[in-house]
Amino acid sequence: MFALAQLPTMLGTRATARAIIAITLAAVFWEIGSRFGDWTGARLPFIGVVPPPSRVLLVWYNLIGDYGYWQSWYLSFLRVLGGFGAAMVLGIPFGMALALNRTFYQTAFPTFEVLRPIPPLAWVPAAILFWPTQELSIAFITFLGAFYTIVINVVGGARSIDARYIQSANAMGASRWTVFRRVVLPSTLPSIIVGASVGMGVTWEVVVAAEMISGGGSSMGSGTGGGTGGGLGFFIWNSYTGGSYEQIIVGMISIGIAGYISSSAIRALGDRIAPWLKPR
Amino acid sequence: MQTTLDQTKARALRGTIRIESAVKVYGNPQNGVVAVDHCSLECPPGEISMVVGPSGCGKTTLLNAIAGFHSLTSGAIYLDDEMLCGPGKPKADPGSDRIVVFQNGALFPWKTNIENVIFGPVMQGKLAVKEAKDKARTMMAEAGLSGIENDYPGQISSGVRRRVEIVRALMNDPKVLLLDEPYRALDSLTKSVMHESLLETCYRNRITVFFITHDLEEAIFLGDQVVIMTSRPCRTKKLLKIDLPHPRDYSIVTSRRFRELMDETMDAVHEEAMKAFELGEREG
Repeated sequence: MFALAQLPTMLGTRATARAIIAITLAAVFWEIGSRFGDWTGARLPFIGVVPPPSRVLLVWYNLIGDYGYWQSWYLSFLRVLGGFGAAMVLGIPFGMALALNRTFYQTAFPTFEVLRPIPPLAWVPAAILFWPTQELSIAFITFLGAFYTIVINVVGGARSIDARYIQSANAMGASRWTVFRRVVLPSTLPSIIVGASVGMGVTWEVVVAAEMISGGGSSMGSGTGGGTGGGLGFFIWNSYTGGSYEQIIVGMISIGIAGYISSSAIRALGDRIAPWLKPR
Repeated sequence: MQTTLDQTKARALRGTIRIESAVKVYGNPQNGVVAVDHCSLECPPGEISMVVGPSGCGKTTLLNAIAGFHSLTSGAIYLDDEMLCGPGKPKADPGSDRIVVFQNGALFPWKTNIENVIFGPVMQGKLAVKEAKDKARTMMAEAGLSGIENDYPGQISSGVRRRVEIVRALMNDPKVLLLDEPYRALDSLTKSVMHESLLETCYRNRITVFFITHDLEEAIFLGDQVVIMTSRPCRTKKLLKIDLPHPRDYSIVTSRRFRELMDETMDAVHEEAMKAFELGEREG
């Protein structure tokens, strides 16, 4: 029993060790690849133009105390959370209504389906025109990124509920509201969680692109990408125009880490609110 | 003295299901598919009625009509003296006096076992959560299900899940238990354990059971009566009273009387199975 209880931790440390080894190996190959040209005079394609990780780490280290850099993190996170939160708040009831009410489905779904394939980035010019501030335009685009995914997952989940659950609940005296609250909602929860984690990923993709496009406008700040536009996407774009290739990489990896943190948070939250789904 | 007699009579009456020339046509009444055709049947109170017939013959349609999940085209179904459905009321209201245990089980996966078990009485406002939990613990202990109260249904084996589901059904204090091939997916060893535990539960609760199966051995082992249905459309072909003594345990399966009963039912069932098979051939 005791040994069994320790198994997850042992697996955990082994998994961590593997992750560290893999990342280290990737960094070593990258270092060799990008320095190969300096050593031999024959520059490798693609990787040859990328600054080596040692230089990136050095630049990153210098940025640790930089207010603008952390401001970029903060702004991007704020937009992601705002857009994602709005998408959850509007998307879950909207999806539920689509799934449960035939009239509403027939009325709203065609419009939804026409709008859905439009990539959020195609909304950028329109969003800039629609919304009074740049911040709202970015938030709107981020919202769109997550909204469709969440709605589609909620509809799918709520439609595939096993009729037996509803029948048994009815037989045991549950009212319509109780059936919704105690049966429909919990059985849709797994799909909502999937929709949320996929939607979270899309939100990061979209926010960065939106920041690059609209964040580089007149309200841009200086140097390391603080400013009012700001955000990690703008940080990358600004580094590119400023010619600091190391900072581009720093920005990219920062987004990777930020996305990873967000998905982990969603997963942890999912495990909490739907404990029956946790693998045994 | 008189009152005691009345009480006994009342209890004896509790849970008689009477089906009177039930008809179910799917689709258009004129040329739709006739699933059930003037089927009549009586399930005596406190007894186990086993309904046997080929797959797709319309047994489940009958069960759904009793449970109130689907309507009847004509005919009537009574529970004791109350008409569940009949002329002017094609569909019965689902109610906690008739609880269904499904083929693949319908425990809510998002609730722990004990939360599942207390669902009925709490939803109906019959018991507070605390009282319901006390009662649930007692009933689960009686059924040999202690120690899994706070697990989720996904964490226990399918046999145990089925037993939890029967306890959940009994918590509603139903008159009738409607079982739709509840043990179909179980292996034969687990099945025999399930059978004995179901009989024990029935002895303890004196409840009417309407049990659909196409396993003849199961039917004879569990049943007080076995009703053999014709293949589509569904009608009663043969009704057989099972005179094996109670309480039963698995040793009677090898007894002579058991084999005789098996032989007696086998021919009727086989004939219907052949008919169903040919029907399927023609349609395919």
